[in-house]
Amino acid sequence: MEDKAISHFFKQDGAHTLAFYLNQNGYEQAKKALKELTPEDLLNQVKAANLRGRGGAGFPAGVKWGFVPQGGDKPKYLCVNADEGEPGTFKDRYIMTYAPHRLLEGIIISCFCVGINTAYIYIRGEYENVAQRLETAIDEARAQGFLGKNILDSGFDLEVYVHRGAGAYICGEETALLESLEGKRGNPRLKPPFPASIGLFQCPTVINNVETIANIPLILHHGPEWFCNQGLPKDGGTRLFGVSGPVKKPGVYELPVGASLKDLIFTHAGGMQDGKTLKAVIPGGMSAPILKPDEIDITLDGDSLMEAKSMLGSGAVIVIDEDASMLEVLRIVAEFYSHESCGQCTPCRVGNPWIRKTVKRMAEGKGRRGDIENIRRVANNILGKTLCPLGDAAALPILALTEKFKEELETSLSD
Amino acid sequence: MSPEFSEQTKKAIAEIVARYPKKEAALLPVLHAAQREFGYISRATEKSVAGLLEISPAKVHEVVTFYTMYNRQPVGRYHVQICSNLSCSLLGAGSLIDHLSEKLGIQPGETTPDQKFTFSLVQCLGACEQAPCMMVNFEYFGNLDTPKIDEILDNLE
Repeated sequence: MEDKAISHFFKQDGAHTLAFYLNQNGYEQAKKALKELTPEDLLNQVKAANLRGRGGAGFPAGVKWGFVPQGGDKPKYLCVNADEGEPGTFKDRYIMTYAPHRLLEGIIISCFCVGINTAYIYIRGEYENVAQRLETAIDEARAQGFLGKNILDSGFDLEVYVHRGAGAYICGEETALLESLEGKRGNPRLKPPFPASIGLFQCPTVINNVETIANIPLILHHGPEWFCNQGLPKDGGTRLFGVSGPVKKPGVYELPVGASLKDLIFTHAGGMQDGKTLKAVIPGGMSAPILKPDEIDITLDGDSLMEAKSMLGSGAVIVIDEDASMLEVLRIVAEFYSHESCGQCTPCRVGNPWIRKTVKRMAEGKGRRGDIENIRRVANNILGKTLCPLGDAAALPILALTEKFKEELETSLSD
Repeated sequence: MSPEFSEQTKKAIAEIVARYPKKEAALLPVLHAAQREFGYISRATEKSVAGLLEISPAKVHEVVTFYTMYNRQPVGRYHVQICSNLSCSLLGAGSLIDHLSEKLGIQPGETTPDQKFTFSLVQCLGACEQAPCMMVNFEYFGNLDTPKIDEILDNLE
Protein backbone atom coordinates (compact mmCIF):
# COMPACT_ATOMS: atom_id res chain seq x y z
CA MET A 1 0.00 0.00 0.00
CA GLU A 2 3.02 2.24 0.55
CA ASP A 3 3.22 3.58 -3.01
CA LYS A 4 -0.51 4.07 -3.21
CA ALA A 5 -0.81 6.20 -0.12
CA ILE A 6 -1.23 9.97 -0.11
CA SER A 7 1.67 10.31 2.26
CA HIS A 8 3.95 8.60 -0.25
CA PHE A 9 4.71 12.08 -1.59
CA PHE A 10 5.48 13.69 1.73
CA LYS A 11 8.95 15.02 2.29
CA GLN A 12 10.23 13.77 -1.06
CA ASP A 13 12.34 16.28 -2.94
CA GLY A 14 10.54 17.71 -5.93
CA ALA A 15 7.31 15.79 -5.21
CA HIS A 16 5.31 18.96 -5.82
CA THR A 17 6.40 19.31 -9.45
CA LEU A 18 4.39 18.19 -12.45
CA ALA A 19 7.36 16.19 -13.75
CA PHE A 20 7.50 14.16 -10.53
CA TYR A 21 3.76 13.58 -10.52
CA LEU A 22 3.65 12.51 -14.16
CA ASN A 23 6.44 10.09 -13.41
CA GLN A 24 4.17 8.51 -10.79
CA ASN A 25 1.44 8.00 -13.40
CA GLY A 26 -0.04 11.30 -12.39
CA TYR A 27 -3.14 12.59 -14.20
CA GLU A 28 -3.79 9.11 -15.68
CA GLN A 29 -6.99 8.86 -13.64
CA ALA A 30 -8.17 12.26 -14.84
CA LYS A 31 -7.55 11.10 -18.41
CA LYS A 32 -9.49 7.91 -17.77
CA ALA A 33 -12.36 9.83 -16.18
CA LEU A 34 -12.67 12.38 -18.97
CA LYS A 35 -12.17 9.98 -21.85
CA GLU A 36 -13.65 6.67 -20.78
CA LEU A 37 -16.10 7.24 -17.95
CA THR A 38 -19.40 9.04 -17.56
CA PRO A 39 -20.22 11.28 -14.60
CA GLU A 40 -22.68 8.59 -13.44
CA ASP A 41 -19.94 5.91 -13.44
CA LEU A 42 -17.76 8.20 -11.38
CA LEU A 43 -20.46 9.06 -8.89
CA ASN A 44 -21.24 5.37 -8.40
CA GLN A 45 -17.58 4.61 -7.73
CA VAL A 46 -17.20 7.41 -5.20
CA LYS A 47 -20.41 6.35 -3.48
CA ALA A 48 -19.30 2.70 -3.42
CA ALA A 49 -15.98 3.69 -1.90
CA ASN A 50 -17.73 5.10 1.18
CA LEU A 51 -15.36 8.03 1.21
CA ARG A 52 -16.31 10.18 4.17
CA GLY A 53 -15.34 13.83 4.41
CA ARG A 54 -11.95 14.40 5.99
CA GLY A 55 -12.59 17.92 7.22
CA GLY A 56 -14.47 17.18 10.41
CA ALA A 57 -18.11 16.37 9.82
CA GLY A 58 -17.42 13.06 8.07
CA PHE A 59 -20.29 13.25 5.59
CA PRO A 60 -20.07 10.75 2.70
CA ALA A 61 -18.63 12.59 -0.31
CA GLY A 62 -20.55 10.69 -2.96
CA VAL A 63 -23.86 11.37 -1.25
CA LYS A 64 -23.00 15.07 -1.04
CA TRP A 65 -22.22 15.19 -4.76
CA GLY A 66 -25.46 13.40 -5.48
CA PHE A 67 -27.43 16.22 -3.83
CA VAL A 68 -26.34 18.69 -6.51
CA PRO A 69 -29.25 19.21 -8.89
CA GLN A 70 -28.33 18.51 -12.49
CA GLY A 71 -29.65 20.17 -15.60
CA GLY A 72 -30.26 23.69 -14.30
CA ASP A 73 -28.97 26.73 -16.16
CA LYS A 74 -26.96 28.07 -13.23
CA PRO A 75 -23.23 27.45 -13.08
CA LYS A 76 -22.06 25.05 -10.37
CA TYR A 77 -19.02 25.45 -8.17
CA LEU A 78 -16.53 23.36 -6.23
CA CYS A 79 -14.98 24.90 -3.14
CA VAL A 80 -12.06 22.98 -1.75
CA ASN A 81 -11.83 23.67 1.95
CA ALA A 82 -8.17 24.28 2.76
CA ASP A 83 -8.87 26.57 5.69
CA GLU A 84 -7.36 24.08 8.15
CA GLY A 85 -8.01 26.19 11.23
CA GLU A 86 -8.96 23.53 13.75
CA PRO A 87 -6.19 23.74 16.36
CA GLY A 88 -3.93 20.71 16.12
CA THR A 89 -4.58 20.20 12.39
CA PHE A 90 -1.85 20.47 9.78
CA LYS A 91 -2.37 17.50 7.44
CA ASP A 92 -3.74 19.44 4.47
CA ARG A 93 -0.63 21.60 4.50
CA TYR A 94 1.33 18.42 3.75
CA ILE A 95 -0.92 17.45 0.85
CA MET A 96 -0.77 20.91 -0.70
CA THR A 97 2.95 21.27 -0.11
CA TYR A 98 4.03 17.87 -1.37
CA ALA A 99 1.21 16.66 -3.59
CA PRO A 100 -0.53 19.69 -5.11
CA HIS A 101 -1.01 17.82 -8.38
CA ARG A 102 -2.74 14.95 -6.59
CA LEU A 103 -5.20 17.53 -5.27
CA LEU A 104 -5.63 19.10 -8.71
CA GLU A 105 -6.22 15.72 -10.31
CA GLY A 106 -8.88 15.04 -7.67
CA ILE A 107 -10.44 18.41 -8.44
CA ILE A 108 -10.59 17.67 -12.17
CA ILE A 109 -12.29 14.30 -11.63
CA SER A 110 -14.71 15.69 -9.02
CA CYS A 111 -15.69 18.63 -11.20
CA PHE A 112 -16.18 16.43 -14.26
CA CYS A 113 -18.39 14.15 -12.18
CA VAL A 114 -20.64 16.92 -10.86
CA GLY A 115 -20.56 19.09 -14.00
CA ILE A 116 -18.57 21.96 -12.54
CA ASN A 117 -16.42 24.37 -14.55
CA THR A 118 -15.02 26.58 -11.81
CA ALA A 119 -13.30 25.51 -8.61
CA TYR A 120 -11.92 27.66 -5.81
CA ILE A 121 -9.40 26.42 -3.29
CA TYR A 122 -10.12 28.41 -0.12
CA ILE A 123 -6.84 28.34 1.78
CA ARG A 124 -6.14 29.92 5.15
CA GLY A 125 -4.36 33.25 4.81
CA GLU A 126 -1.32 32.24 6.84
CA TYR A 127 -0.44 29.55 4.28
CA GLU A 128 0.78 32.12 1.78
CA ASN A 129 3.77 30.04 0.74
CA VAL A 130 1.56 27.00 0.27
CA ALA A 131 -0.88 29.07 -1.78
CA GLN A 132 1.99 30.07 -4.06
CA ARG A 133 2.92 26.45 -4.51
CA LEU A 134 -0.68 25.68 -5.52
CA GLU A 135 -0.65 28.58 -7.99
CA THR A 136 2.52 27.20 -9.55
CA ALA A 137 0.98 23.74 -9.81
CA ILE A 138 -2.13 25.22 -11.45
CA ASP A 139 0.05 27.03 -14.00
CA GLU A 140 1.95 23.82 -14.74
CA ALA A 141 -1.26 21.83 -15.12
CA ARG A 142 -2.79 24.44 -17.39
CA ALA A 143 0.33 24.54 -19.58
CA GLN A 144 0.07 20.77 -19.96
CA GLY A 145 -3.59 20.96 -20.96
CA PHE A 146 -5.01 19.47 -17.73
CA LEU A 147 -6.85 22.69 -16.89
CA GLY A 148 -8.46 25.40 -19.01
CA LYS A 149 -10.62 24.98 -22.08
CA ASN A 150 -11.37 21.63 -23.69
CA ILE A 151 -9.19 19.58 -21.35
CA LEU A 152 -7.45 16.70 -23.17
CA ASP A 153 -9.84 17.22 -26.11
CA SER A 154 -12.73 16.04 -24.00
CA GLY A 155 -14.79 19.19 -24.41
CA PHE A 156 -14.68 19.69 -20.65
CA ASP A 157 -13.58 23.11 -19.34
CA LEU A 158 -12.27 23.79 -15.86
CA GLU A 159 -10.63 26.76 -14.16
CA VAL A 160 -9.15 26.43 -10.67
CA TYR A 161 -8.39 29.49 -8.55
CA VAL A 162 -6.70 29.84 -5.19
CA HIS A 163 -8.50 32.14 -2.76
CA ARG A 164 -6.70 33.13 0.43
CA GLY A 165 -8.62 33.70 3.63
CA ALA A 166 -7.47 36.29 6.12
CA GLY A 167 -7.43 34.78 9.59
CA ALA A 168 -10.83 33.60 10.81
CA TYR A 169 -11.37 30.09 12.17
CA ILE A 170 -15.06 30.28 11.40
CA CYS A 171 -14.34 30.33 7.65
CA GLY A 172 -13.60 26.61 7.84
CA GLU A 173 -17.35 26.15 8.41
CA GLU A 174 -18.71 25.57 4.93
CA THR A 175 -21.29 28.33 4.71
CA ALA A 176 -18.99 30.88 6.37
CA LEU A 177 -16.43 29.87 3.77
CA LEU A 178 -18.94 30.71 1.03
CA GLU A 179 -19.66 34.11 2.56
CA SER A 180 -15.94 34.78 2.81
CA LEU A 181 -15.41 33.75 -0.81
CA GLU A 182 -18.09 36.22 -1.79
CA GLY A 183 -16.10 39.00 -0.15
CA LYS A 184 -17.98 39.23 3.13
CA ARG A 185 -17.52 38.64 6.85
CA GLY A 186 -17.48 34.92 7.58
CA ASN A 187 -20.93 34.69 9.13
CA PRO A 188 -22.38 31.20 8.67
CA ARG A 189 -25.67 30.85 6.84
CA LEU A 190 -28.82 29.21 8.06
CA LYS A 191 -29.26 25.69 6.62
CA PRO A 192 -31.36 24.69 4.72
CA PRO A 193 -30.98 25.62 1.97
CA PHE A 194 -27.86 23.50 1.76
CA PRO A 195 -24.95 24.61 -0.42
CA ALA A 196 -25.58 21.70 -2.81
CA SER A 197 -28.65 23.57 -4.03
CA ILE A 198 -27.94 27.19 -3.04
CA GLY A 199 -24.29 27.84 -2.33
CA LEU A 200 -21.64 30.12 -3.76
CA PHE A 201 -23.17 33.09 -5.61
CA GLN A 202 -26.55 31.43 -4.97
CA CYS A 203 -25.54 28.52 -7.22
CA PRO A 204 -25.25 24.78 -6.55
CA THR A 205 -21.96 24.17 -4.77
CA VAL A 206 -19.92 21.24 -3.53
CA ILE A 207 -17.59 21.90 -0.59
CA ASN A 208 -15.02 19.24 0.25
CA ASN A 209 -11.90 19.11 2.34
CA VAL A 210 -8.47 18.88 0.65
CA GLU A 211 -7.80 15.34 1.85
CA THR A 212 -11.23 14.16 0.67
CA ILE A 213 -10.57 15.39 -2.86
CA ALA A 214 -7.00 14.08 -2.86
CA ASN A 215 -8.40 10.57 -2.30
CA ILE A 216 -10.47 10.62 -5.50
CA PRO A 217 -7.70 9.64 -7.94
CA LEU A 218 -6.85 6.67 -5.66
CA ILE A 219 -10.43 5.43 -5.69
CA LEU A 220 -10.48 5.56 -9.45
CA HIS A 221 -7.10 3.93 -9.82
CA HIS A 222 -7.58 0.99 -7.49
CA GLY A 223 -11.35 0.74 -7.37
CA PRO A 224 -13.91 1.39 -4.64
CA GLU A 225 -13.59 -2.09 -3.21
CA TRP A 226 -9.87 -1.71 -2.67
CA PHE A 227 -10.50 1.66 -1.10
CA CYS A 228 -13.10 0.28 1.32
CA ASN A 229 -10.77 -2.55 2.25
CA GLN A 230 -8.14 -0.03 3.29
CA GLY A 231 -10.46 1.18 6.01
CA LEU A 232 -13.84 0.06 7.29
CA PRO A 233 -16.79 -1.08 5.19
CA LYS A 234 -18.79 2.09 5.86
CA ASP A 235 -15.84 4.42 6.22
CA GLY A 236 -13.29 3.62 3.56
CA GLY A 237 -9.66 4.47 3.00
CA THR A 238 -6.92 5.86 5.16
CA ARG A 239 -6.75 9.04 7.19
CA LEU A 240 -3.97 11.47 7.76
CA PHE A 241 -3.57 11.87 11.50
CA GLY A 242 -1.63 14.79 12.86
CA VAL A 243 -0.03 14.13 16.22
CA SER A 244 1.23 17.03 18.32
CA GLY A 245 2.21 17.69 21.91
CA PRO A 246 4.99 16.12 23.99
CA VAL A 247 5.44 12.88 22.02
CA LYS A 248 8.78 11.70 20.67
CA LYS A 249 7.85 11.98 17.00
CA PRO A 250 5.12 14.53 16.35
CA GLY A 251 4.01 14.54 12.74
CA VAL A 252 1.49 13.37 10.19
CA TYR A 253 0.77 9.63 9.95
CA GLU A 254 -1.37 7.93 7.34
CA LEU A 255 -3.21 4.97 8.82
CA PRO A 256 -6.31 3.01 7.85
CA VAL A 257 -9.60 4.33 9.13
CA GLY A 258 -10.18 2.23 12.25
CA ALA A 259 -6.53 2.14 13.36
CA SER A 260 -5.84 2.24 17.09
CA LEU A 261 -5.45 5.61 18.81
CA LYS A 262 -3.11 4.02 21.33
CA ASP A 263 -0.88 2.67 18.55
CA LEU A 264 -0.87 6.02 16.80
CA ILE A 265 0.47 7.71 19.91
CA PHE A 266 2.70 5.00 21.35
CA THR A 267 3.98 3.25 18.23
CA HIS A 268 3.85 5.63 15.29
CA ALA A 269 4.46 8.86 17.18
CA GLY A 270 7.04 7.13 19.38
CA GLY A 271 5.23 7.50 22.71
CA MET A 272 5.71 10.20 25.29
CA GLN A 273 8.88 12.26 25.47
CA ASP A 274 11.30 11.01 28.12
CA GLY A 275 10.13 11.92 31.59
CA LYS A 276 6.58 12.73 30.45
CA THR A 277 3.47 10.78 31.42
CA LEU A 278 0.22 10.78 29.50
CA LYS A 279 -2.56 12.78 31.10
CA ALA A 280 -5.14 13.21 28.35
CA VAL A 281 -5.70 13.13 24.59
CA ILE A 282 -7.77 15.37 22.37
CA PRO A 283 -8.50 13.02 19.47
CA GLY A 284 -9.91 15.15 16.65
CA GLY A 285 -8.84 18.78 16.88
CA MET A 286 -9.52 21.12 19.76
CA SER A 287 -13.30 20.89 19.36
CA ALA A 288 -13.22 17.18 20.16
CA PRO A 289 -14.04 16.32 23.79
CA ILE A 290 -10.97 15.23 25.72
CA LEU A 291 -10.22 11.58 26.57
CA LYS A 292 -8.49 10.29 29.69
CA PRO A 293 -5.69 7.70 29.38
CA ASP A 294 -8.08 4.85 30.18
CA GLU A 295 -10.27 5.88 27.25
CA ILE A 296 -7.69 5.81 24.47
CA ASP A 297 -7.84 2.12 23.71
CA ILE A 298 -10.17 2.94 20.87
CA THR A 299 -10.25 2.77 17.10
CA LEU A 300 -9.92 5.90 15.01
CA ASP A 301 -13.18 6.11 13.10
CA GLY A 302 -16.16 8.38 13.35
CA ASP A 303 -18.51 5.88 14.95
CA SER A 304 -16.12 4.67 17.68
CA LEU A 305 -15.19 8.18 18.72
CA MET A 306 -18.84 9.19 18.77
CA GLU A 307 -19.57 6.25 21.04
CA ALA A 308 -16.87 7.54 23.36
CA LYS A 309 -18.71 10.91 23.33
CA SER A 310 -15.90 12.55 21.41
CA MET A 311 -15.22 12.91 17.69
CA LEU A 312 -12.71 12.05 15.01
CA GLY A 313 -13.03 15.56 13.54
CA SER A 314 -10.02 16.48 11.44
CA GLY A 315 -7.87 13.63 12.76
CA ALA A 316 -5.76 16.02 14.81
CA VAL A 317 -4.52 14.26 17.93
CA ILE A 318 -3.23 16.54 20.67
CA VAL A 319 -1.38 14.70 23.42
CA ILE A 320 -1.34 16.26 26.89
CA ASP A 321 1.14 15.30 29.62
CA GLU A 322 0.94 15.26 33.42
CA ASP A 323 2.96 18.47 33.70
CA ALA A 324 0.19 20.39 31.95
CA SER A 325 -2.35 22.22 34.06
CA MET A 326 -5.91 21.49 32.99
CA LEU A 327 -6.88 24.98 34.08
CA GLU A 328 -4.39 26.28 31.53
CA VAL A 329 -5.79 23.90 28.88
CA LEU A 330 -9.29 25.15 29.70
CA ARG A 331 -8.07 28.76 29.52
CA ILE A 332 -6.60 28.21 26.05
CA VAL A 333 -9.76 26.47 24.81
CA ALA A 334 -12.02 29.21 26.19
CA GLU A 335 -9.77 31.95 24.83
CA PHE A 336 -9.79 30.42 21.37
CA TYR A 337 -13.54 30.08 20.94
CA SER A 338 -14.19 33.44 22.49
CA HIS A 339 -11.78 34.96 19.97
CA GLU A 340 -13.21 33.06 17.02
CA SER A 341 -16.96 33.45 17.57
CA CYS A 342 -18.28 35.37 14.57
CA GLY A 343 -20.73 37.22 16.79
CA GLN A 344 -23.87 36.31 14.93
CA CYS A 345 -25.60 34.13 17.56
CA THR A 346 -26.02 35.55 21.06
CA PRO A 347 -25.31 32.36 23.06
CA CYS A 348 -21.93 31.96 21.37
CA ARG A 349 -21.03 35.68 21.18
CA VAL A 350 -21.86 36.35 24.83
CA GLY A 351 -21.36 32.91 26.39
CA ASN A 352 -17.84 32.24 25.19
CA PRO A 353 -16.31 35.53 26.42
CA TRP A 354 -18.13 35.00 29.71
CA ILE A 355 -16.53 31.57 30.10
CA ARG A 356 -13.16 33.02 29.09
CA LYS A 357 -13.39 35.74 31.74
CA THR A 358 -14.33 33.26 34.44
CA VAL A 359 -11.51 30.88 33.56
CA LYS A 360 -9.05 33.78 33.40
CA ARG A 361 -10.10 34.84 36.88
CA MET A 362 -9.65 31.28 38.11
CA ALA A 363 -6.18 31.22 36.51
CA GLU A 364 -5.33 34.40 38.41
CA GLY A 365 -6.07 32.59 41.66
CA LYS A 366 -9.38 34.36 42.20
CA GLY A 367 -11.64 31.40 41.45
CA ARG A 368 -14.76 31.08 43.55
CA ARG A 369 -16.87 28.14 44.57
CA GLY A 370 -19.58 27.64 41.95
CA ASP A 371 -17.40 28.87 39.06
CA ILE A 372 -17.16 25.43 37.46
CA GLU A 373 -20.90 24.86 37.74
CA ASN A 374 -21.51 28.28 36.20
CA ILE A 375 -19.13 27.56 33.32
CA ARG A 376 -20.98 24.33 32.67
CA ARG A 377 -24.35 26.07 32.84
CA VAL A 378 -23.25 28.65 30.27
CA ALA A 379 -21.68 25.99 28.04
CA ASN A 380 -24.95 24.06 28.15
CA ASN A 381 -26.73 27.21 27.08
CA ILE A 382 -24.47 27.52 24.02
CA LEU A 383 -24.80 23.85 23.10
CA GLY A 384 -27.28 23.30 20.27
CA LYS A 385 -28.40 26.92 20.29
CA THR A 386 -26.34 28.40 17.48
CA LEU A 387 -26.65 28.54 13.69
CA CYS A 388 -23.38 26.79 13.04
CA PRO A 389 -21.32 24.09 14.78
CA LEU A 390 -18.92 26.60 16.40
CA GLY A 391 -21.20 26.84 19.40
CA ASP A 392 -21.03 23.09 19.97
CA ALA A 393 -17.33 23.06 19.11
CA ALA A 394 -16.78 25.40 22.06
CA ALA A 395 -19.27 23.90 24.49
CA LEU A 396 -18.42 20.21 24.08
CA PRO A 397 -14.69 20.36 24.94
CA ILE A 398 -15.42 22.74 27.83
CA LEU A 399 -18.07 20.41 29.21
CA ALA A 400 -15.76 17.40 28.87
CA LEU A 401 -12.83 19.20 30.52
CA THR A 402 -14.90 20.42 33.45
CA GLU A 403 -16.43 16.99 33.93
CA LYS A 404 -13.36 14.79 33.60
CA PHE A 405 -10.93 17.10 35.38
CA LYS A 406 -13.31 18.69 37.87
CA GLU A 407 -11.24 17.69 40.88
CA GLU A 408 -8.09 19.27 39.54
CA LEU A 409 -9.90 22.42 38.45
CA GLU A 410 -11.49 22.73 41.89
CA THR A 411 -8.08 23.00 43.52
CA SER A 412 -7.79 26.46 41.95
CA LEU A 413 -10.93 27.69 43.71
CA SER A 414 -10.88 29.48 47.04
CA ASP A 415 -13.73 29.13 49.49
CA MET B 1 -5.42 61.66 0.55
CA SER B 2 -6.27 58.32 -0.98
CA PRO B 3 -3.32 56.04 -1.54
CA GLU B 4 -2.49 55.32 -5.18
CA PHE B 5 -1.92 51.73 -6.19
CA SER B 6 1.18 51.01 -8.24
CA GLU B 7 0.72 49.90 -11.84
CA GLN B 8 1.83 46.42 -10.83
CA THR B 9 -0.79 46.16 -8.09
CA LYS B 10 -3.48 47.55 -10.40
CA LYS B 11 -2.64 44.83 -12.90
CA ALA B 12 -2.72 42.16 -10.20
CA ILE B 13 -6.07 43.45 -8.98
CA ALA B 14 -7.56 43.31 -12.49
CA GLU B 15 -6.44 39.68 -12.76
CA ILE B 16 -7.93 38.85 -9.37
CA VAL B 17 -11.28 40.47 -10.17
CA ALA B 18 -11.54 38.43 -13.39
CA ARG B 19 -11.63 35.19 -11.34
CA TYR B 20 -15.09 35.86 -9.93
CA PRO B 21 -18.53 36.41 -11.45
CA LYS B 22 -19.02 39.31 -9.00
CA LYS B 23 -16.44 42.04 -8.38
CA GLU B 24 -17.19 42.11 -4.67
CA ALA B 25 -15.94 38.53 -4.28
CA ALA B 26 -12.42 39.78 -4.95
CA LEU B 27 -12.44 41.79 -1.72
CA LEU B 28 -10.24 39.52 0.43
CA PRO B 29 -7.52 38.99 -2.19
CA VAL B 30 -7.61 42.67 -3.18
CA LEU B 31 -7.12 43.65 0.47
CA HIS B 32 -4.16 41.26 0.63
CA ALA B 33 -2.70 42.99 -2.43
CA ALA B 34 -3.31 46.40 -0.87
CA GLN B 35 -1.65 45.33 2.37
CA ARG B 36 1.33 43.99 0.45
CA GLU B 37 1.72 47.41 -1.16
CA PHE B 38 1.05 49.72 1.81
CA GLY B 39 1.87 47.46 4.77
CA TYR B 40 -1.53 48.04 6.35
CA ILE B 41 -5.09 48.95 5.49
CA SER B 42 -5.89 52.57 6.36
CA ARG B 43 -9.37 54.05 6.20
CA ALA B 44 -8.24 55.80 3.01
CA THR B 45 -7.18 52.46 1.50
CA GLU B 46 -10.55 51.01 2.45
CA LYS B 47 -12.18 53.80 0.46
CA SER B 48 -9.94 53.20 -2.58
CA VAL B 49 -10.69 49.47 -2.50
CA ALA B 50 -14.42 50.20 -2.15
CA GLY B 51 -14.23 52.41 -5.23
CA LEU B 52 -12.39 49.77 -7.23
CA LEU B 53 -14.88 47.03 -6.38
CA GLU B 54 -17.94 49.29 -6.49
CA ILE B 55 -19.04 48.54 -2.95
CA SER B 56 -19.56 50.81 0.03
CA PRO B 57 -16.59 51.75 2.24
CA ALA B 58 -18.64 50.47 5.19
CA LYS B 59 -18.70 47.03 3.64
CA VAL B 60 -14.94 47.06 3.23
CA HIS B 61 -14.47 48.26 6.81
CA GLU B 62 -16.72 45.49 8.07
CA VAL B 63 -14.50 42.90 6.37
CA VAL B 64 -11.20 44.50 7.38
CA THR B 65 -12.25 44.47 11.02
CA PHE B 66 -13.58 40.90 10.92
CA TYR B 67 -10.41 39.17 9.73
CA THR B 68 -7.32 39.23 11.94
CA MET B 69 -4.72 39.33 9.17
CA TYR B 70 -5.50 42.82 7.95
CA ASN B 71 -3.32 45.28 9.85
CA ARG B 72 -5.21 48.43 10.66
CA GLN B 73 -2.06 50.21 11.80
CA PRO B 74 1.39 50.22 10.26
CA VAL B 75 3.47 47.23 11.37
CA GLY B 76 7.23 46.80 11.64
CA ARG B 77 9.36 45.46 8.79
CA TYR B 78 9.18 42.09 10.50
CA HIS B 79 5.91 40.91 11.92
CA VAL B 80 6.67 38.22 14.49
CA GLN B 81 3.55 36.17 15.19
CA ILE B 82 3.90 33.44 17.76
CA CYS B 83 1.30 30.76 18.33
CA SER B 84 -0.30 30.78 21.79
CA ASN B 85 -2.63 27.88 21.17
CA LEU B 86 -2.63 24.45 22.80
CA SER B 87 0.00 22.29 21.06
CA CYS B 88 2.54 25.11 21.19
CA SER B 89 1.71 25.97 24.82
CA LEU B 90 2.16 22.34 25.86
CA LEU B 91 5.71 22.60 24.52
CA GLY B 92 6.65 25.86 26.15
CA ALA B 93 5.21 28.70 24.03
CA GLY B 94 4.43 30.62 27.23
CA SER B 95 8.05 31.14 28.21
CA LEU B 96 8.98 31.94 24.59
CA ILE B 97 6.32 34.66 24.53
CA ASP B 98 7.87 36.17 27.68
CA HIS B 99 11.30 35.90 26.11
CA LEU B 100 10.19 37.66 22.91
CA SER B 101 8.56 40.44 24.92
CA GLU B 102 11.71 40.96 26.91
CA LYS B 103 14.05 40.71 23.93
CA LEU B 104 12.08 43.15 21.79
CA GLY B 105 11.15 45.37 24.71
CA ILE B 106 7.50 45.45 23.71
CA GLN B 107 4.25 43.77 24.66
CA PRO B 108 2.18 41.65 22.25
CA GLY B 109 0.40 43.93 19.81
CA GLU B 110 3.14 46.58 19.90
CA THR B 111 5.81 47.74 17.44
CA THR B 112 9.40 48.63 18.34
CA PRO B 113 10.19 52.37 18.16
CA ASP B 114 12.56 51.77 15.21
CA GLN B 115 9.67 50.15 13.30
CA LYS B 116 11.69 46.98 12.86
CA PHE B 117 9.48 44.51 14.73
CA THR B 118 5.81 44.08 15.48
CA PHE B 119 5.08 41.28 17.91
CA SER B 120 1.72 39.51 18.01
CA LEU B 121 0.19 36.48 19.67
CA VAL B 122 -1.85 34.41 17.26
CA GLN B 123 -4.08 31.34 17.31
CA CYS B 124 -3.03 28.01 15.78
CA LEU B 125 -0.86 28.46 12.67
CA GLY B 126 -1.36 24.90 11.42
CA ALA B 127 2.18 23.72 12.11
CA CYS B 128 1.61 21.87 15.39
CA GLU B 129 4.09 19.10 14.55
CA GLN B 130 6.80 21.79 14.81
CA ALA B 131 5.47 23.27 18.04
CA PRO B 132 6.28 25.73 19.38
CA CYS B 133 6.15 27.71 16.18
CA MET B 134 5.98 31.27 14.91
CA MET B 135 5.75 33.19 11.68
CA VAL B 136 8.01 36.07 10.68
CA ASN B 137 6.16 37.80 7.89
CA PHE B 138 5.10 34.71 5.90
CA GLU B 139 7.99 32.46 6.83
CA TYR B 140 7.34 29.69 9.36
CA PHE B 141 9.82 28.74 12.07
CA GLY B 142 9.25 25.68 14.22
CA ASN B 143 10.70 23.64 17.07
CA LEU B 144 11.58 26.90 18.77
CA ASP B 145 13.53 27.50 21.93
CA THR B 146 15.10 30.70 23.20
CA PRO B 147 18.50 30.27 21.46
CA LYS B 148 16.73 29.53 18.16
CA ILE B 149 14.52 32.61 18.48
CA ASP B 150 17.58 34.71 19.24
CA GLU B 151 19.37 33.35 16.20
CA ILE B 152 16.39 33.98 13.89
CA LEU B 153 15.79 37.53 15.07
CA ASP B 154 19.46 38.50 15.34
CA ASN B 155 19.97 37.53 11.70
CA LEU B 156 17.28 39.89 10.41
CA GLU B 157 18.57 43.12 8.90
